[in-house]
Amino acid sequence: MLEINNLSVEVGGKRILTNINLRVEMGYTHVLFGPNGAGKSALLMTIMGFSGYNAVEGEIIFKGEDITHMPVNERAKLGIGVMTQRPPNMTGIKLGEFVKLVSKKNINPEELAKPLDMIRFLDRDINVGFSGGEIKRSELLQLAAQKPDLYLLDEPESGVDLVSIEQIGSTIKKLLFGDATCAGERRKKGKSALIITHTGQILDYVEADKGYVLSNGMMLCTGNPRELLNQIKSKGYKGCIRCNREMS
Amino acid sequence: MQSRNELKKRAESAIKKSAAYGEDFDLDTLGIASTEIATSENLQDLDTETKKKLLNVGVVPSGEGRVGSFLMLDNAISHKSLYDSSLELMSTHEAMEKYYWLKDYSWKLVAVDTDKYTATSYLENANGYFIRAPAGQKAKLPVQTCLLLGSRNVSQTVHNIIIVEEGAELDVITGCATKNGIEKAMHLGISEMYVKKGATLNFTMIHNWAEQVGVRPRTVVHLEEGATFISNYISLKPVRSIQSYPTVKLEGRGAVTRLSTIAVAHPGSELDLGSRAVFNAPDTRAELISRTITTGGKIIARGEMIGNAINAKGHLECRGLVLSNEGMQRAIPILEANVEDIELTHEAAVGKIARDQVEYLMARGLSEDEAVGMIVRGFLDFGMRGIPEELKDDIDKTISQIGMKAM
Ligand SMILES: Nc1ncnc2c1ncn2[C@@H]1O[C@H](COP(=O)(O)OP(=O)(O)OP(=O)(O)O)[C@@H](O)[C@H]1O
Ligand SMILES: [Mg+2]
Repeated sequence: MLEINNLSVEVGGKRILTNINLRVEMGYTHVLFGPNGAGKSALLMTIMGFSGYNAVEGEIIFKGEDITHMPVNERAKLGIGVMTQRPPNMTGIKLGEFVKLVSKKNINPEELAKPLDMIRFLDRDINVGFSGGEIKRSELLQLAAQKPDLYLLDEPESGVDLVSIEQIGSTIKKLLFGDATCAGERRKKGKSALIITHTGQILDYVEADKGYVLSNGMMLCTGNPRELLNQIKSKGYKGCIRCNREMS
Repeated sequence: MQSRNELKKRAESAIKKSAAYGEDFDLDTLGIASTEIATSENLQDLDTETKKKLLNVGVVPSGEGRVGSFLMLDNAISHKSLYDSSLELMSTHEAMEKYYWLKDYSWKLVAVDTDKYTATSYLENANGYFIRAPAGQKAKLPVQTCLLLGSRNVSQTVHNIIIVEEGAELDVITGCATKNGIEKAMHLGISEMYVKKGATLNFTMIHNWAEQVGVRPRTVVHLEEGATFISNYISLKPVRSIQSYPTVKLEGRGAVTRLSTIAVAHPGSELDLGSRAVFNAPDTRAELISRTITTGGKIIARGEMIGNAINAKGHLECRGLVLSNEGMQRAIPILEANVEDIELTHEAAVGKIARDQVEYLMARGLSEDEAVGMIVRGFLDFGMRGIPEELKDDIDKTISQIGMKAM
């Protein structure tokens, strides 16, 4: 589904990602760990194609197509959807109106908003005055309307209270797995995801297949997501860095 | 008391006087629009093209949803109809003959010697509409008036007077347009509006001029105690030059006003649009809001609030979008407090559409044009009340064209 080969990225002339390799297969969920400032968000922004993130080396392949220099909306049309960490205030644009437009008018925004408890936000300008948790739910609502094949989720659980985390977790699960009843079916029909998480709380809702650790713009290691998480919890990122050095 | 002779002398002395702002037009190169034009009994009898022009400025030819209609074509009163006998609607000339007392209202708010445009209008004995809502009368639907330019190389001179008597409520829609093929012309429009104790006037004005037309409205509004004046001004089509600076004088305690402006400057257009509130009585309120866009023309958005009485409160907001490298936006807010206990604030911002906003929408699959169109529409939509339904289609169409051109 997604294949990143030797990708290096500059922002404002400064190198922030170096030689990244990553692969997300159809129906798989991968998680991305890493300390603050590692470049995790930058990687998602680059995959989506936001301006300012310049791929100076390497390539991004999605569904067999080289999308490295493709405009944002064409990537969206190909099936990539993103929840960014800090979306802009969209003064004058109502959430409900936009959700309807994104769904190509096929969807009743209220129905979609109900499980996320977002009905009363449909008449509000997108992100304007939204709290941290409300932004996450609004982004998820938009993704539910967009129905991408690959979900790029930047810290979906951060700043979210315990009730909302339940709504967010189960919504993500529903979006990713649909009504697939077994693992095999999920591989065939399910959606793919690349999720950034610090706490790993999202793993309580969505079973992830693979984890990556990014540090200082470089991919340190990959492995079983729970194992990586436990390691980071016990030994911190320093442990990862040391282990990586010993391996090579 | 200003005698006719005295007014005439003052006007004559100002006949060459340039206006404080805006391009200085030489009126001598143009004739004065004709007062001799056949009248239309029914606006429905107008040709299709003209009817469409009317509709696009909020004037419904069938008169449906309106209590009265008035059409001035060049300098001739070409149509007048009224379905609500409690209101008065006639030409300013008729009203001046009918009511001796009207001389105490005419040319009292707008000085004849303001500039060459007011002077010319006075000396040419400008006609226009007179609307009066008698005390306590609350009109249920708006009166619609249309000022149409139908000839080239002329100046249309207009003088309107609106009086809303104590406790009355009145809605007025004024649409201004140009017939096809009018390359060059001027519109000079004097408006004097009186809103008396506890009365309300909702005034919506839509301008659809043409590439080579110069427009010089001169409007002053007088508010008595507890009076309310709400104004919406919309100009989204190409025009050569509009310079206006309507002034609301809050003369009675507790008077309230809100003036909203949305305007687009196309390449070759120069818009110098202001609004001014003068707080001359305690506890008065004003809100002056403008949202302007340039797709290549020049816009100066002025706003001025002068606080002369205690407990006055005013807010001024000028926001401008620049959608082309050729365009220019200048916001000039002026706040003046001459007493203590006054609260005047302003907010001004001009700039491009933020790239991250466009991409935010694109990331959900919208094309760049669609994204810009949506942002522009959101920018212009800040809750103007009382915009005629008939206009919304045309406004939407204009906005999507603006979105397309922006890239
Ligand atoms: N526009 C920019 N100009 C300069 N530096 C930038 C810019 N955008 C990102 N960076 C830098 O790139 C690095 C990676 O940032 P990024 O947002 O990807 O980190 P992150 O891994 O998502 O961190 P966090 O966990 O805190 O969200 C940081 O050092 C950041 O300051
Ligand atoms: Mg981040």
